[in-house]
Amino acid sequence: MAEKNVPMREALRAALIEEMERDETVFVMGEEVGSWQGTHRVTRGLLEMFGERRVKDTPISELVIAGAAVGAAMAGLRPVAEIMTINFAFLSIDAIINHAAKVHYMFNGQFRVPLVIRAASGWGNQATATHSHTPEPIFAHFPGLYVACPSNAYDAKGMLKTAIRDDNPVLFTESIALYSKPSLIPEEEYLVPVGKSDVKRQGEHVTLVSYARGVEWSLEAAAMLAKEGIEAEVVDLRWLRPLDLEPVFESFKKTNRCVVVEESLPHFSFGSEIAAQLQEAAFDYMDAPIKRVSAMDVPLPYAKEIELMALPNAQKVVDAVKEIVY
Amino acid sequence: MATNTRSLDKVTLLDWYRQIVLIRQFENRCDELYHQKKITGVYLHLYSGHEAVGVGAVAALGEDDHVLTGYRDHGIALARGVDAKPLMAEMMGKRTGVSGGKGGSMHLASRAHNFWGGYAIVAGHLSLATGIAFKERYMGTENVVLCLMGDGATNNGYFHESLNLSAVWNLPVVWLIENNFIGMGTRIEDSSGQPELVKRAVAYGMKQGPRIDGQNVIEVHEAISEAVAYARKKGPVLVEALTYRYKGHGVSDKQYDARDDLKRELDDWQAHKDPINILKDHLLAGFDGIEAELAKIDTEVHEIVEEAVRYAEASPVPTYEDLIRHIYVE
Repeated sequence: MAEKNVPMREALRAALIEEMERDETVFVMGEEVGSWQGTHRVTRGLLEMFGERRVKDTPISELVIAGAAVGAAMAGLRPVAEIMTINFAFLSIDAIINHAAKVHYMFNGQFRVPLVIRAASGWGNQATATHSHTPEPIFAHFPGLYVACPSNAYDAKGMLKTAIRDDNPVLFTESIALYSKPSLIPEEEYLVPVGKSDVKRQGEHVTLVSYARGVEWSLEAAAMLAKEGIEAEVVDLRWLRPLDLEPVFESFKKTNRCVVVEESLPHFSFGSEIAAQLQEAAFDYMDAPIKRVSAMDVPLPYAKEIELMALPNAQKVVDAVKEIVY
Repeated sequence: MATNTRSLDKVTLLDWYRQIVLIRQFENRCDELYHQKKITGVYLHLYSGHEAVGVGAVAALGEDDHVLTGYRDHGIALARGVDAKPLMAEMMGKRTGVSGGKGGSMHLASRAHNFWGGYAIVAGHLSLATGIAFKERYMGTENVVLCLMGDGATNNGYFHESLNLSAVWNLPVVWLIENNFIGMGTRIEDSSGQPELVKRAVAYGMKQGPRIDGQNVIEVHEAISEAVAYARKKGPVLVEALTYRYKGHGVSDKQYDARDDLKRELDDWQAHKDPINILKDHLLAGFDGIEAELAKIDTEVHEIVEEAVRYAEASPVPTYEDLIRHIYVE
């Protein structure tokens, strides 16, 4: 099978193009998606390819970007709405939570919301307190919404195509730090199923559970640990909803130890949820406390030295593993 | 009044009379059932007093046009032709309700009637209206969205963002404000820098429609018919209908008991600007011997409402399967 090394932004762009070519009801909308060519260049060239009818620049109006996309989806289109960064999705959150996630249920199945909201997520480049959020777990709190968080270009492409085809609303987050990172991608079409975790590395001593950028730190940490004879298994959840924890439970029954790695904040977090579910499902297999590596519980500052201090990295994962593998 | 009322035939006017009376009786019955604890949901916002707005406006639409409204949605559902039985069943949280007993009073919808729902987040549905209207433009079809809202829905971001986007994208939406002068408990003068709400159209560069008497169904129908024709061919229009709520913000609203000024205001609207009386006077003046027909309608409507109550009371409640169904599309 022919493969090409493609960065995540290009993989996402290819997914959009393929789905727009396949299905005329798919369209993109958002701030600067058209003539600007997309803030993160994911929608580069789409305006030229598909025209103003299907590539809709919007005002800086995050609430109605999300809300109008919900309405268009209810009416039978398949909008892919871009919220430039997820920091601005706090302005959209009512449309996402109170409408996108509720309409199907509240009206007893009369309406469907086949919607994708794409949002760039994560910190870096000293973006500071208001522009460095990774609030995926907040969105994953609510039934009715799917939350997709790919960790690499291959998954990103297959997951975005799946998200567009699914009849449920999907918040699709894209780690800014991963946009330039390539994966081998087949030229043939493929899909990554909704709500399926993926074991990214096999190992027998400790289970690392993560998603999105945390997978990168986990794999980096696993390589470092391997040099010391510790083999980590890395489970990439890929979707925070539907949450597929079976591979985590299976792995844990083998390793008996777990470190949860997340880019987000520690309170009421992804890590808390995984730890809670794991101890309920596999208490008898637990040989050590479940550890969490997350961002520090502070707003992110500007100065690089202290910004990095607050954030997770591979070394912090290694340190956490060594606390429970002895 | 500019309306050429002679062009409206007796059958149409009687149909509107029937609808207005149906809404009034349905709402009165809901009020009773709430106080008898047969409707137990905490939110019940009755359309009494507003009837002519919903009936006149919805009558201006075609079957393929779309309607959305806020939480004061019973009257809009009835005006759109949704059967009273599943509506009453929804009030009582029954499995046979329009929303399966999962939506309640504020979340009535009927896809089959292109009635996209009542929505309980104030002004949230305005954004959905832009999206539904966008689909019409996208597909090159010519259907129109009628989006009703209260005056209270005009001061949050949904209003601003939705109206602006509808103008930027030139969407076929009739934005209809039902101005009853009070948002929950706050008077319009205390909530809006510009209390003549229709003037806001200027800020968005959209057509400013009229500020109309919302108690006169004929005037409402004419104004919304013009607005719908404009929206269908050109773009968004903002219209404001002046009206009054007879049953407060919701059934638990106690301020009318405590405040004489509000009580006097309510009495005045009921005595002089009641939509049933206005239409009835018009009919009595225009058609000899119509009194018996009106009385017959009153009786028939009474039976429709009672039948709806019996249906709702006899209906089963939702089950565990209903609780967990429709969270996602399977």
